[in-house]
Amino acid sequence: MIEWLRLFGGQTLAATARLGRSHMFLMRVLLGMPGLLLRPGLVVAQIYSAGVLSLLIIVVSGLFVGMVLSLQGYNTLVDFGAEQSLGVLVALSLTRELGPVISALLFSGRAGSALTAEIGLMKATEQLSGMEMMAVDPEHRVVAPRLLGGMLALPLLAAIFTLVGVFGGYFVGTVLLGVDGGVYWSQMQAQVSFTEDVVNGVIKSLVFGFVVSWTAVFEGFDCTPTSEGVSRATTRTVVHSSLAVLGLDFILTALMFG
Amino acid sequence: MATDAADQHNGLLVEIENLHFSRGPRQVFAGVDIGIRRGEVAAIMGPSGSGKTTLLRLIGGQLRPDAGRIRVDGVDVHSLRRRQLYQLRKRMGMLFQSGALFTHLNCFENVAFPLREHTRLSQALIRHLVLIKLEAVGLRGARDLYPAELSGGMGRRVALARAIALDPMMVMYDEPFSGQDPITMGILVRLIRLLNDALGLTSIIVSHDVAETAEISDHIHVISAGKIVESGPPAALRESRSEWVRQFLNALPDGPVPFHYPARPLAEDLLGSSAGVGVS
Repeated sequence: MIEWLRLFGGQTLAATARLGRSHMFLMRVLLGMPGLLLRPGLVVAQIYSAGVLSLLIIVVSGLFVGMVLSLQGYNTLVDFGAEQSLGVLVALSLTRELGPVISALLFSGRAGSALTAEIGLMKATEQLSGMEMMAVDPEHRVVAPRLLGGMLALPLLAAIFTLVGVFGGYFVGTVLLGVDGGVYWSQMQAQVSFTEDVVNGVIKSLVFGFVVSWTAVFEGFDCTPTSEGVSRATTRTVVHSSLAVLGLDFILTALMFG
Repeated sequence: MATDAADQHNGLLVEIENLHFSRGPRQVFAGVDIGIRRGEVAAIMGPSGSGKTTLLRLIGGQLRPDAGRIRVDGVDVHSLRRRQLYQLRKRMGMLFQSGALFTHLNCFENVAFPLREHTRLSQALIRHLVLIKLEAVGLRGARDLYPAELSGGMGRRVALARAIALDPMMVMYDEPFSGQDPITMGILVRLIRLLNDALGLTSIIVSHDVAETAEISDHIHVISAGKIVESGPPAALRESRSEWVRQFLNALPDGPVPFHYPARPLAEDLLGSSAGVGVS
C-alpha cells in the first residue's frame, strides 16, 4: 500500500512538474513572438510545412466525412420526411463539430508528430545546443514560428475540411440519393448562422491549433535526446493532443452552445 | 574591475576558479582551477566520462556551476543576464562532437546562418564571407552539399567554418578527432593550429586523443575524478611523476586506472550461484 502511494505520489509530482515546465516554456516562446513580425518568412514556411503539406489528408478525409454524414443523415431524416434538411444537418455538423475536431485530430497525427520528431531530432543531434552557442535562441528561432504557424494553419485546414465535406454531402445527397440541390443549399443558407456557427467553429479550431502545436513543440523540446526518447515524445504528442482536443471540444461546446 | 584589469594583465582569456558541478548524485567537478591564456591552444584531456564536454558547456554558459566562477574575457559568465550572455557567445565559437550542422541547410547556408542571424550584411558580402570561411577549411567546392552528403571529417570542417563565421575570440572544440581516419585527423590537427594562429584565436580542445592533441597544444590540463591532476606544456607532462598521467598519456592498459571494473573475485563468481545472469 505504502509502495503504491509512493509510486502514485511520485508520478503525480512528475506530471505536475512537467505541466509547470510546459507553461514556463510557453511563456518563453511567447516572448519570442514579437520578433517574428520582422521575419514573417519563418512563419510562412511553417504554415506551408504544417498546413499545405497536410492538405491531401484533410481534403480526402473531409470529402469522405461529408459523404458519410450525408448518407447517414438522409437515412434518418427520410423516416420523418425531413430530407430537405440534409444540407443543414451536414453543414452544422461540419462547421460546429466535425470540421474543427477531425481536422485537429488529423493535424495532430500528421503535422504535430512531424513537429515533435523534427525538434526532438534537432535536440538529439545537438542542433539546438549549437544554435544556443551561436547566440541564437532556439525557443525564439525554432519553436516560436512553428507554434504560430501551426496555430494559423489549423483554422485554414478546418475551413477547407468543412468546405470539402459540404460538397461531399451535396454529391451523395443530390446525385445519389435524389435530394433537390436547390433545397440543399437554400436550407443551409437559411439555417447556418455566420456569427454563431461559423465563427464558433473558427474559434474552436484556433484553440485546437494552439493546443496541438504547443503540445507538439513542447514534447519535442523536452524529449530525452535519444532515438527512443524522440519516438516516445512523438507518441505522447498524438495521444495527449488528441485527448486535449476532445476534452476541450466538450468544454468549448458547452460554453458556446450549451 | 580591479580583477578584470589583472586578468587582462595576466593575459588570461578564460579563468576557472574552484569549479564545483554535480549531475544528480554524481559530482563531476570538485574544485577545478584552470587558466587559459589568450592566443594559446589549450587542451583539456581526461578519460571518457570525466566531464570534459560538461566543462565546455559550463564555459559557454549552457550549464550553471554549483560553486566557483568562470570568467571569459574578464566577465563572470554566470552572472550575466540572458541578453549579455548571448552577446558574449557571439564572440565564442564551438565545434560540437557531432558537428551539429543543420540538416535542412546546405554547407553554404550552414556557414551563413550566424551571419544572417546576427548581421545586416548584404547578400553579396555574406556570400563572400561564407566562401572565404569555406575556403579556409578547404570546402569551398562543397558549398552546395547537404550534411547527409558529407563524410564525418568534412562535416566537422564545415562546422568549424561556421564556428569562425563571426570571427570569434575563442573556439571550443569538443572531441574534434574522435572517429576520424588518419588523413582527416591530420587535416583537422593542422587546421586547428593554423586557424588559431592566423585568426588570432584562443582554442580550447577537449579530447582524449593524446598524440594529436599534444602535437598542437601549448598547454595541457589533465582532468580526472573531478579535479585537475596535472597542467603544463606537453613535453613537461610526458615527464610527469604522476603514475596516473603517465598511464593516460602513454595509453597503458593497467595502472592507477584499473583494467578491471570492480567485481568480486573471479573464483567466487565462477563457483557461486548463477544469480544476476540475465536472459537477453
